[in-house]
Amino acid sequence: MLEQQLVNGVVLGATYALFALGFTLMFGVMGVINLTYGVYFAVGAFAALWSTQALGLPIAAALPLGALIAGVIAVAIDTLLLTRLRKAKAPELASLMVTLGATLFLYAGMAASLGTEIRRFPAAVFDGGAYDLGAVRIGTTQILIFGAAVALVVALMALVRGSRLGLAIRAVAENPDAAALMGINGGLMLRVVSFLSGAIGGAAGVLVGLNFNAIQPFMGEHMMLRGFAVIIVGGLGDLRGALAAGLLLGFAEVLTAAYVSSTFKDLTAFALLVATLWFRPLGLFGRAAAKRA
Amino acid sequence: MRVLSKLMLAAAMLAGTVAGANAQDKTPVKLGAIEILTGPNSRYGIAIQRGFDLALADINKAGGVLGGRPLALAYEDSAGAKEQALNAARKLIGRDRVPLILGPTLSNEMFAAGPVANERKVPIVGTSTTANGITAIGPYVFRTAMPEADVIPVTLKTAQSKFGIKRVAVMYGNDDAFTKSAYDVMKATLEKLGIQVLTTETFGSKDTDFSAQLTKIKGLNPDAIVLSALVEAASGIALQARQLGIDPKVFIIGGNGLNSPKLGEIAGASADGTIVGSPWFIGKKDPANQAFVTAFREKYGDSPDQFAAQAYDTLFIVAKAIDAAGAPDSEKIKDALIKVKHTGVMGPFSFSESRDPADTSGVVVLTMKGGKFQLLE
Repeated sequence: MLEQQLVNGVVLGATYALFALGFTLMFGVMGVINLTYGVYFAVGAFAALWSTQALGLPIAAALPLGALIAGVIAVAIDTLLLTRLRKAKAPELASLMVTLGATLFLYAGMAASLGTEIRRFPAAVFDGGAYDLGAVRIGTTQILIFGAAVALVVALMALVRGSRLGLAIRAVAENPDAAALMGINGGLMLRVVSFLSGAIGGAAGVLVGLNFNAIQPFMGEHMMLRGFAVIIVGGLGDLRGALAAGLLLGFAEVLTAAYVSSTFKDLTAFALLVATLWFRPLGLFGRAAAKRA
Repeated sequence: MRVLSKLMLAAAMLAGTVAGANAQDKTPVKLGAIEILTGPNSRYGIAIQRGFDLALADINKAGGVLGGRPLALAYEDSAGAKEQALNAARKLIGRDRVPLILGPTLSNEMFAAGPVANERKVPIVGTSTTANGITAIGPYVFRTAMPEADVIPVTLKTAQSKFGIKRVAVMYGNDDAFTKSAYDVMKATLEKLGIQVLTTETFGSKDTDFSAQLTKIKGLNPDAIVLSALVEAASGIALQARQLGIDPKVFIIGGNGLNSPKLGEIAGASADGTIVGSPWFIGKKDPANQAFVTAFREKYGDSPDQFAAQAYDTLFIVAKAIDAAGAPDSEKIKDALIKVKHTGVMGPFSFSESRDPADTSGVVVLTMKGGKFQLLE
């Protein structure tokens, strides 16, 4: 039973990490706590659901399409809401309030147009299947979620650390004015990052929707609290940290439910958050005053 | 001779008018009804309204009440807001002077409107208000809706006698008043029936991952999983239980939250074998129920639900009480209601001392097969 619980922990942790990656990217580069992130999670899932149902696409095509749509919407919302605030160099609290308002608006809009009842991908779309390894059972979607989380971390690290685009993004994150003087199109870089984070959020929504069969407008809202815990424990803007913290949180929750009591499951997540803020306020891999992306 | 015949004619005419006055008092007996007719929860209120209207037509076709007076209903829309339900009750009592009020739709609305009706000594009869404490509002507050606390013991008893379950795992949503109160009933009933509880696991109503709890349950090898959850969480639990390889023979015994077609739509074959109790089921085979379902479909082109069935029976119960009272008088109707016995589409009905439904023999136990509920044979 312990082996199965460890697998459960890895899957749940990978789910959290996957969700948190786009969130932490957005925060690390743009320095904005954008609360609309939870909406992209649901947008991706609904877009993929729609494309499998209305267009009859297979899931292999619906997943990138869901990510693409979520990414485009993320760029649109970011441009609409935050361009003026950036120009005015408004404090972080202003962006927090603006995106909070937008989130409530978007959730209400989605609930009104899509309904609040939960949906799932048609069973025919994806033959989940599961593998039995001794006493352990692993589903295909679960392997997919874990694989996607690891692959995304590697790909994003390579992009940010090892490419010219990544260099430009980091330069904008470091000092937008100096970057502009060096000929970097700051607005474009922000849009690229918005798109990436929205697309990651959307893809996470599709995979989580596939695994847990619970697609509804508020599915991201529940994840946002965990997302906050993950990016704070992992360090704001730290991609490796998000993966590590996601897994840590997943293990902590599952093992608490398995060996202590399921009543304390949620408590563990937030105890971990508070403990991190006490002992390592910059997160697991945190270093003082260094810009990371 | 002529004088005599004239006298006789006059006497006959006089007798005729007097008799006519008795037999032909056609003033309708008007009752009030407060339901949610607009807004997001209007589907409940409209189902209830349709149930009432169908019963009203049947009662009036059969001669109405009090020897030929038609029954009439004055509807007020509460829109799901307790303030509006309260104002509706005041208006029905004060301006329309109805002798009895049906509704409101939600328990919360009853907690607002009930005290007003009780204070003005007008009986108020809820057809869908299942929360604890409704009839404790006062002696004029009745309900015909069967509280979940009466349904769950029937479900568990049936599971025990039919499937011989001895050891179960219990799961419930611990952040929702509805699922928690159903759990309390489950716990007490399991204890009474001597069924061993191997573990009690909780989850949040918005959780989507139940693998930790279900893995633990799998390791304990229960005969069944007793589950109090809303349908969203219940569907996720059914799906993940089978994903984790819990034997399909380990079936789920659910509270009222699972009694929804959504369970089959979302969880599909994973929910097969799930059993729930229900105060009513569309597929009940007795002729009264079949006639009701057919008539409802003919009139509305839609299938009735439990709310419509409860409303349909309730109007007959109230009509019987008015007949027994002999006059459309609040006080007399109140005294008559408590004694009414009626067998309707929900089964045999009477009120208990506390003005709740007294008879649980109408409760049916359903099992899911191929994503649809059917009667457990």
